[in-house]
Amino acid sequence: MRRLPLISFAIIGTMIFVAVFAPWLTPHSPIDQSLPDKLLPPFWEEGGSTEYLLGTDIFGRDLLTRLFYGARVSLIVTGLALTVGGGVGLVLGILSGYVGGKLDAFLMRVVDAAFAFPTILFALLLAVTMGQGMDTLVIALSLFLWAGFARVIRGEVLAIKQRDFVALARVHGSSPARIMFVHIMPNVLNTFMVLLTLNVGVIIVAEASLSFLGAGVPPPTPSWGLMVAEGRGKITSAWWLSLIPGIAITLVVLSFNLFGDWLRDRLDPKLRQL
Amino acid sequence: MSTAPILEVHGLSKHYPVRKGILFSREVGQVRAVDGVDFSIGEGETLGLVGESGCGKTTTSRLVLGLETPTAGDVLLEGRSWQGLSGRDKQDYHAKVQAVFQDPWSSLNPRMHVGDIVAESLRISKWGTPAEIDDRVAALLVEVGLRPEHARQYPHEFSGGQRQRIALASALAIGPKLIVLDEPVSALDVSIRAQMMNLLKDVQEQDNVAYLLVAHDLATVRHMSEWTAVMYLGQIVEYAPTESLFEHVRHPYTKALFSAVLPDHPDRQEEGIVLSGEVPSPLDPPGGCRFHTRCPFAMDICSQVAPPLTESQSGHLAACHLE
Repeated sequence: MRRLPLISFAIIGTMIFVAVFAPWLTPHSPIDQSLPDKLLPPFWEEGGSTEYLLGTDIFGRDLLTRLFYGARVSLIVTGLALTVGGGVGLVLGILSGYVGGKLDAFLMRVVDAAFAFPTILFALLLAVTMGQGMDTLVIALSLFLWAGFARVIRGEVLAIKQRDFVALARVHGSSPARIMFVHIMPNVLNTFMVLLTLNVGVIIVAEASLSFLGAGVPPPTPSWGLMVAEGRGKITSAWWLSLIPGIAITLVVLSFNLFGDWLRDRLDPKLRQL
Repeated sequence: MSTAPILEVHGLSKHYPVRKGILFSREVGQVRAVDGVDFSIGEGETLGLVGESGCGKTTTSRLVLGLETPTAGDVLLEGRSWQGLSGRDKQDYHAKVQAVFQDPWSSLNPRMHVGDIVAESLRISKWGTPAEIDDRVAALLVEVGLRPEHARQYPHEFSGGQRQRIALASALAIGPKLIVLDEPVSALDVSIRAQMMNLLKDVQEQDNVAYLLVAHDLATVRHMSEWTAVMYLGQIVEYAPTESLFEHVRHPYTKALFSAVLPDHPDRQEEGIVLSGEVPSPLDPPGGCRFHTRCPFAMDICSQVAPPLTESQSGHLAACHLE
């Protein structure tokens, strides 16, 4: 049995904590500019001050404060996109795999179409037609996510439905809905959980990319991806602008992946020690 | 047959179409997995269905369970066909016919507690209150030789023999009239096969349930069943009371099956028939008697006319031209 990944837990916990309590944790505003304090380095560098622990950006805004508020954006977008995209993918994957036949053929062609569609272009299109914002971002990411979930879950269901306990459920007189959601679904939740945690990383990166391109949350709302984008022009003179949000993204994505591995082991009754 | 039949099977056939081509697929033939099978099982009786791999015995059992739709023929339970049943009636049918499968590692849902597995058919048919169901589950676990507290554990915590007991408890829960046993002991260690067989017999005596026992092992069938049907290439070639069959084998294929069994003692080598060659493909079964390609006694007529099942004494049926 794998041990609890304490460091990952701590990082994820910290991220959630700062996202929820951001206004109480910092005296600065993430949006208001203070030009006299612009481009201050972190406190350990020469010229840094303890008032702005991680330095300031080109408008004199505290980087740490923006990091806290940016965590909010990442968490909300990730949570909503996973709930919508993952949920739809789970249900359609089970239906497709269990019912089979024409429905399966149809759904899998739709999945192919969804994969063939360039997500970033689609998100840009949505941003233009619906306006920039978190809702646009969530819709674009969900439309990208569901197809991957549906295909993987369908494959799992195809293997599971061959097993005798599914035939026995039919002998017992279970309805197809009961077989799909009482007998088969618990057996794909492992895979689902692992997909969820692995996709946290994908979404945080996708959100960052879209914000970078201007299809994500509009400035001045802080988002980690936006912060990396804003700082890239000054990477040689003010490295902290891009590097610190970049490190935050890396740590959180890595933590969620390790957490996903641990969760998979934890959820499998065969691996659970009693 | 002494008792009224619980299950009657008439002319049961299952043909699987074989298709070729991707875009404009056309049927190039049919696999005749089961081809015109008749049998019946009386209340509280056991019919053993034996034959080598691929002879259609498992397909027959799946047809009886309603997991496959027959191409032709009918399955009657207490005189009523299950085809065309829906809703409430279909549920009643399912409450009367249950199953125990060969592989206890695949037949129990790994994500469900043992208690939930056993209670499944009770919950589907809204059998009683949760407390009544819990009591029933505890009683069933005791009946199959487990303990009531096992209900809160997961299947992976049990051995193969215990898992097969759980599967039996789950099949018994709703009080079925017939249980299809598809190779119920062949996945178990030899040391616990006898235990399982005795348990099955005890349960049968107590609950008056009929068994359709699918097996390839003659010893199991002899121990368990009153009647035995021997299948070859989708057809029944010999159908007799078990004792009559073991005393006086009529069909050469059955003789060959008996010869394949190891003798009780190494010195007791008996003259037997050793079959050569492969089982012909069910895609294109031989004309006339299906066994004539491998039969050591084959005559001219065998390749032309399919022998009907004829009765000798006391219900002993065999399909062979020799007699």
